[in-house]
Amino acid sequence: MIVFLLRRLLQSLAVMLAVALIAFTLFRFVGDPINGMVGQDATQAERDALRQNLGLNDSVVVQFGRFVGRTVRGEFGLSYQLARPVNQIILEKMPATLELSLVAGLIALLVGVALGVFTGLRPRAASSRFLLAVSLVGVSLPTFLIGILLILVFAVWLRWLPSYGRGTTEQFGWWTTGLLTIDGWRSLIMPAFTLALYPMTLIIRLVRAEMLEVLRTDYIRFARARGLTTRAIHFGHALKNTLVPVITVAGLQFGSVIAFAIITETVFQWPGMGLLFVQAVQNVDIPIMAAYLLVVSLIFVTINLIVDILYTVVDPRLRSTIQRPA
Amino acid sequence: MTEALVPHSAEPDAVSAHTGSATAHLFGRIVGSDIFYSFRRSRLTMVAAAITVLFFLLAILAPFLAVQNPFDPAQLQLMNSRISPLWTADGQSPFLLGTDEQGRDVFSAILYGLRISLTVGVLGVLLAGTLGISLGLIAGYFGGAVDGLIMRIADVQLTFPAILTALLINGVVKSVFGNRLDAMSTLAVLVFAIGLSFWVQYARTVRGSVMVEKNKDYVAAAQLIGLPAHVIMIRHVLPNTMGPILVIATINLALAIITEATLSFLGSGMPDTMPSLGTLIRIGNNYLFSGEWWVVAFPGFALAALILSINLLGDWLRDALNPKLR
Repeated sequence: MIVFLLRRLLQSLAVMLAVALIAFTLFRFVGDPINGMVGQDATQAERDALRQNLGLNDSVVVQFGRFVGRTVRGEFGLSYQLARPVNQIILEKMPATLELSLVAGLIALLVGVALGVFTGLRPRAASSRFLLAVSLVGVSLPTFLIGILLILVFAVWLRWLPSYGRGTTEQFGWWTTGLLTIDGWRSLIMPAFTLALYPMTLIIRLVRAEMLEVLRTDYIRFARARGLTTRAIHFGHALKNTLVPVITVAGLQFGSVIAFAIITETVFQWPGMGLLFVQAVQNVDIPIMAAYLLVVSLIFVTINLIVDILYTVVDPRLRSTIQRPA
Repeated sequence: MTEALVPHSAEPDAVSAHTGSATAHLFGRIVGSDIFYSFRRSRLTMVAAAITVLFFLLAILAPFLAVQNPFDPAQLQLMNSRISPLWTADGQSPFLLGTDEQGRDVFSAILYGLRISLTVGVLGVLLAGTLGISLGLIAGYFGGAVDGLIMRIADVQLTFPAILTALLINGVVKSVFGNRLDAMSTLAVLVFAIGLSFWVQYARTVRGSVMVEKNKDYVAAAQLIGLPAHVIMIRHVLPNTMGPILVIATINLALAIITEATLSFLGSGMPDTMPSLGTLIRIGNNYLFSGEWWVVAFPGFALAALILSINLLGDWLRDALNPKLR
């Protein structure tokens, strides 16, 4: 077990180093960093001095080492576009993304499990078939299309909900939250639902399949023979056993929810890290791209590590990997 | 999701059986096959197939069906701008689905956009497939360190959602070339980004099948008569792994089209001068609040219908090729 843990930890470190290498390559070889810092009229001598000062004349390996060192301390330099320290910008935008992802994740989990159990218990009912058909449509629609559709219906036609931004937010230290005001929640509903839809359908299908399988097993039949109530059998015995894979899949999905927030945030102009990243890609703002990449990879790798450890502890049968489309 | 359920060993003779038969005989075999029977049995699948074929035909015949070349400025007239669809009160012939701000016919724009979307999708799947199948064959056939290296890279890449990889590749290429890329090069970059984002699944599947196949007698026989490794891999082992590959390719086509549309929607895909469906949706999204819903709704509907049909075909193919589900 300890060997497994260590190996897994080393693997995660290797992934982070690989990502750091990509980020470093971005910095060092895509465009001349000097041009991004000095004005048009800097002389060659000034440029050379800056080059020397910044250590750009050292060997690539030394530079990479220094880059990793700075990254670990959370220093990513200045944004080309906004001319402010990148770590500040990222920290400002992070609460928006995390709140959105968290709420979306919870919606996906709660609604997903509830509907999954429902369709699993009544596999032949018209309502279940309808739900599954809708879920297939939900999987097929690209995230941004769902967002636009929601805006068209609820913001443009019905005028019930705001179509962009976070609404009123409140400040706690560096964390801004929109969860304490009605306005904030009104702004959150559509983006969170858009983001939740995909993992939700996934969880519905998973819980349904697991429920169907579990309900056929002998111990459920035995529980019935013992005369337990249907409710105790369904929720106490069957559901409990389906939750192990659900929790692991939900954990893995949370990572991609953060990545998919890129799309949702763009549609709803949600001021989070994803929107920041999209704008950085368009403006070739390399420090922000690199920092976003590193922060998101760190979140991914951490979640994957925790989930991997959890599921080898809890259920060694579950070793399939799930990838989600756009 | 769906991809995780792809069978790792599909019925081998379904694909390889008709390699030796004459063309006239082939038609009879296809019509008489289990697959075709299952196709005829599922009305939904037939509808999905019909819609998919229709979309491909529309894309191919676009220049003959469109009332104007929507991206030739000489054919656009501002007089015709902002016309609503034909069946509404202000509709005008020949603009079936209305026109946008610049007097561009939405129906024609969709036809031309469909061409771009399908081109990028098909080429992206071909690239991902070629790359993944080659690497999977090599990893599975040779094993050892090569296998370890390829599969570790695959593991790392699987940690990140494909959309993030594609967005990043796109961003890097863009920052290297600046914004000087013309439309055709952008298309190539998109194909490249999609190909590099989706190869992992092919590689894993092919590797799995190859590891099973390579211990069979026919491979030993081929080795004994002195055939070189690449001949054995391509001519003997590969055909037996084609079933699951076909399923992945179908579902991947939907994913590739979604990814392209998403990138274009986020502004890092096809430019306005040569728009795909995703670009059209991004452009239309700007007019959402001025009441011109048709500019975004119809491209969105076309995209959704296309993806849903392809997904339905993929789902059916997966079940039809899986002997366990018969």
